[in-house]
Formats: sequence, structure tokens, C-alpha cells
Amino acid sequence: MPDADGGGVTRVASRAVALDRRDVDTDQIIPASWLKRVERTGFGAGLFGAWREDPDFVLNRPGATEARVLVAGANFGCGSSREHAVWALQDFGFRAVVAPGFGDIFRNNAVAAGLVPAVVSEESAARLFAALAADPDAEVVVDLAERTVAVPSARVLEPFELADYARWRLMEGLDDIGLTLRHEPEISAFEVRRPAWLPGLAGSA
Amino acid sequence: MAGRLFDKIWDRHVVASPPDEPPLLYIDMHLVHEVTSPQAFEGIELAGRKVRRPDLTVATMDHDVPTKGLDQPIADPLAAEQIARLRRNAQAHGVTLYPLGNIEQGIVHVIGPQLGLTQPGMTIVCGDSHTSTHGAFGTLAFGIGTSEVEHVMATQTLRQAKPAAMAVTVDGELGPGLTAKDLVLGIIRALGTGGGVGSVIEYRGAAVRALSMQGRMTVCNMSIEGGARAGMIAPDDTTFAFLEGRKHSPKGKLWEQALDDWRGLATEDGAAFDREIRIDASALRPAVTWGTNPAQSVTIDDIVPDPAALSTPALRQAAERALTYMNLTPGTAIRDIPVDAVFIGSCTNGRLEDLRAAAEVIRGRTVSPRVRALVVPGSARVKAEAEAEGLDQAFTDAGFEWRSAGCSMCLGMNGDILSPGERSASTSNRNFEGRQGPGGRTHLVSPAVAAATAVAGHFTLPGDL
Repeated sequence: MPDADGGGVTRVASRAVALDRRDVDTDQIIPASWLKRVERTGFGAGLFGAWREDPDFVLNRPGATEARVLVAGANFGCGSSREHAVWALQDFGFRAVVAPGFGDIFRNNAVAAGLVPAVVSEESAARLFAALAADPDAEVVVDLAERTVAVPSARVLEPFELADYARWRLMEGLDDIGLTLRHEPEISAFEVRRPAWLPGLAGSA
Repeated sequence: MAGRLFDKIWDRHVVASPPDEPPLLYIDMHLVHEVTSPQAFEGIELAGRKVRRPDLTVATMDHDVPTKGLDQPIADPLAAEQIARLRRNAQAHGVTLYPLGNIEQGIVHVIGPQLGLTQPGMTIVCGDSHTSTHGAFGTLAFGIGTSEVEHVMATQTLRQAKPAAMAVTVDGELGPGLTAKDLVLGIIRALGTGGGVGSVIEYRGAAVRALSMQGRMTVCNMSIEGGARAGMIAPDDTTFAFLEGRKHSPKGKLWEQALDDWRGLATEDGAAFDREIRIDASALRPAVTWGTNPAQSVTIDDIVPDPAALSTPALRQAAERALTYMNLTPGTAIRDIPVDAVFIGSCTNGRLEDLRAAAEVIRGRTVSPRVRALVVPGSARVKAEAEAEGLDQAFTDAGFEWRSAGCSMCLGMNGDILSPGERSASTSNRNFEGRQGPGGRTHLVSPAVAAATAVAGHFTLPGDL
């Protein structure tokens, strides 16, 4: 599914929220009580639900709702596979998350849903956090074409990693299923070759 | 190069590897539950697509089902709606569903192996991170998000960059009273919570080979808690003995063919891995987590660690935060920490063997008056089998609540939760902040330690009672 705007994303430029914590798990990003919803939208109010009860939490600071970039610590989005975590970040307004590493499932979910997961080094993250600590209102620019994240006012420019295919999909806003179905003949041919002992279930129980 | 289990399974499932794109991997079995599937079913319907292989898709209800009062309507309207959606979606798309009340209903990772749907050499996915459980059978199994659930529904494939291969070799023998849970918590402690990111772990070595299938499932289940994409164990006679005769296991001539194939899956001698860590099983002791991620554990003989002793500022900061949340002071003996609740269950430790281990400890004993104790079997069938052995009686006689199958207090979606500030000893897999209810404090332990702790009211070994 393409991102919330229905198109691709090539560049995100806005103020940022700095969440300098490592191992932020998806239970924190969107608490389980929110997972009973059957929609993809409306999760923004639950984003970091428990942590937002603290008035000093970074998401409660002035201007946070205008931020499109989240800068976070290592292993962001570890734990539960819930894509609701990505939907909550997007619903709140974020278009890119910059961190020194992501949980594998979170990263895949982000790309699938159109949220940019930009992997930077620990050193780059430290420079970004320092720049945002010095000026919380600074503009941060995530550029997919260049694969860089910058804080121009602080003269910080850091490279990030994003696999070519993931970048292409994010920039084009493509429907992954549609891309895969171009390989339908290969899928059908594969199915004919599957061993006979493999399990299958007939119809509805 | 000598072949690895992981590559053998991966290679035989590559449908297409177009240039400049990640390979397309065929999925042999797609497990579906009520929480991560409604948006995916809606997505394929809106796009005018259908479930390509309903015969390779199986659904059950586990995450937000009630575990008591099953004869009553579901009280939580949101959960009731989600469960009704799954019924409608399964029916509309011809997907087999094991609903509440069916003997095969249960936690999705308990019922797959129970039905014989989990077999060596397969690829299995589910919109749940603990799908790695199925790797215990020499299966490549991993969790996916809802967009990928939709992708598998529509195409029976996934586009996946190939992960790295990591070996975790566990030499030696587990000491008396040590369980697979203590082993995997020890592994995660060594690995760190993000140490396995981007990797598929193969668990090897004498201590792994010696585990039962239930124990192997416990180990593979928690691979994700070390960050790994999946965990797997080469199939052997233990695996085949577990599978023979199950509902969906191959029969007759097909069983023989399958066995021939499965015996060839194991990693060959001399195979190299991208990364290897070694653990000495004989050095392990029963594990108890003290923090808010599963890598933050010590042994039951230890004290709450001092964050100042940790190696990096980020780890120190995380430990300080965790201790504040957990309301613990460095230097406190783990055995001196009192608990308010004990939870025995989950896809990690909700199988019959786990319930037997706990029942053995509590038989003839009584739960501490300060403790609320809950046993939630992993599936309706596990519940029935436990009742046939009289385990329910042993638990209720001791003062435990005996519930029906589901995820329950592992993630607290169904109302089985801790109150703010309450502390639990839990056989589940995650001690994240608020995981078992807002403000709840979770310590992960094995079923035997959980049972002993319920009796004593603080962390205890069965042998200490």
C-alpha cells in the first residue's frame, strides 16, 4: 500500500522529534489495547500512548505535531510485528524515522506502508541528536535520492542506508502486490512442482 | 561449501529472483489470527483480489479471546467485532477457521505443530513475531506485518532479501531443573536484544539436540527477542517422532518420501556461518529478567545489577530507565523480590509439557495469599489433555485459576491484565513496559520457577520450597 498521501516520497523536510532511547519496542509505539481496531487509520492518538502521559515526553513538546521526521535510538521498532506501529507514526504525521538500526519486521512494514526507515551509524545519530538538542526547532531534511539526512542550520549532513529496491518503492509509491503479480506465471509453475506430502486444508471448517 | 539448513530451505522456495529485486519466496503455510488480518482481508477485497491459496491458509482466534465465561457473549465490543470479522472473512474467502469452542482453537503457534501443519523444510509466516516458534521443526518461519499478510494472501509469496545466517551452538548439558526457557534467556542475554537483527539463527549443539520438541519450540519462539528474523533447529528423530500420526502429517508412502527428504535437510559438517556464538549449557542457572527487555536477565542466585557497571552510556541509560519502571534497587537479591501475580501460559510456555512441569511443583502446595495465579493452556486441545491428566485439579486445588486457551496475559489484550504497579512472574516472552497491562511489571521465568514463585510469593526455585 502506498503512503497515506497515495504517492511516493522523495524528500522529507520539516522539524523533527528526537527520541534518544534505544530498543524502543512496538508495544511502546502503539499499546496492545489499540490493536482491536479493524481499520488502518486513526492510530495517531495512541502513538506512544503510555509515554505521552508524561507531560515532558518529547511528543508533548510544542511543535511536535508539525514534525515529519523522528530521530530515534538503535533497534527502533523491535518486538511485536504489529504494523499498527507504522500506521500510528504516519497518522501522527511522521514520514521518516532515522535510527541506527530497526527491528527487521518494523523496517519491512515501514517500507510496505510508505514510511521511510533511514538507517544511520551510531556516530551520525549522535550528531543528529546533538544538533536537535542545540536547536529543537531546526529543520531536518531526509533526501531519498541522495540517501542523506541533514540538519542544514547545524551544517550536519549524514549518509543513511536504504536498500535500492526499498528506496525505489518508497519513491514511486508502488503497490507491491501488483509488482509481484507480474510474476504470476512463475508462481503457478512453482506450485506444480511442490512435493505431494506438503500439508493443505480443504475449505472452511 | 557445505550446505546449511537455512540455505536448503531458502533455495527450494525461490519462485523468481529478478535482477535488482529481492527474491520472491513461496510460502507453504500462512497462519492467520484476528488482530493482524482484518486490514489485509479488506485490502484484497478493495483491490478486487482473492486469497490465492485458501488451502494453505489457516485461521484461529487467540490474541483477544476471553479465557473465561466462554458460554457468555464476548463483553468487549471491539474484541467481539474483531472476532466476528475473522469469522466473516474466513467464510467469505474459504479459509479454514478454528473458532472459539473448537478443540483445535488456540494460540496460532501452538496449534500449527499440534495439527501437524508445521513440517520440516517448509516456509511458514504469520502476522505475529513469534512465528519463529515453528523453526523448531527445521522450518523457515517468521513474523510479518499486515501489508505482508495481504501480500501472502494475494500471491502466496513474499519478497524477501535473504537474511544472514547465524549459528548459536550450545555445548554441554543443561543442569538439573534447567529448562529450554532458561537456555533461551541465557542466549538472548549473550546476544543482546538487537544482536540477531538481520539474521536467521540455527540453534545447534548437544544441549539443543537433547531438547524435546516442546523445549525446541520455546527456544525458537524467543528468537525474535534477540532481534533475529527466525530461529531454526535441524529436524531429527525427535522431530519425526513428534510428527508421525498427526492430523496433517504425511501418511503411508508420502510419509516415507517426506522422511527421506527431511533427513537431508540438516546442516552439513564444516558449514560456515556469517556469525557464530557458543554457549556452555552447564554454566546456566534458572533465569529471571529484571528489566524491560528480554536481554535484561540474571540468574535466580543473582542480585539486581548496577547500571553503572554496564559498558556503554546507551546501555546504562536503558538499564536505569528499566529499573525505575520496574521499581527495583541495584543490589536487591532476586529471591527477595515479591510478586503479586503469576502467569503460566503463552506460545512460549503454554504447551502440555510446560503445564506438567508447573503442576509437579504446586501439587500438594498452596499459592501464597498475596499472589493471584493464572494458568492459561496454549490451545483447547492442550487444555483437554491436561484435564485428562488431572492437571486442572492440581492447579485449582493449589489456588490457581484454570482458564481456557488464548494469548491472555502475555499481552493483555483480552482483559487478563496486571494492575498498574503490580509485579508478575510470567512464563511469557516479553517484559516490555506495560506489556501485561499499563504500569504492570513483568519478570520472565520458566514454568517451574513461576509455579514455585506462586507458592512462595517471591522468586524461588522448586528445590527451595
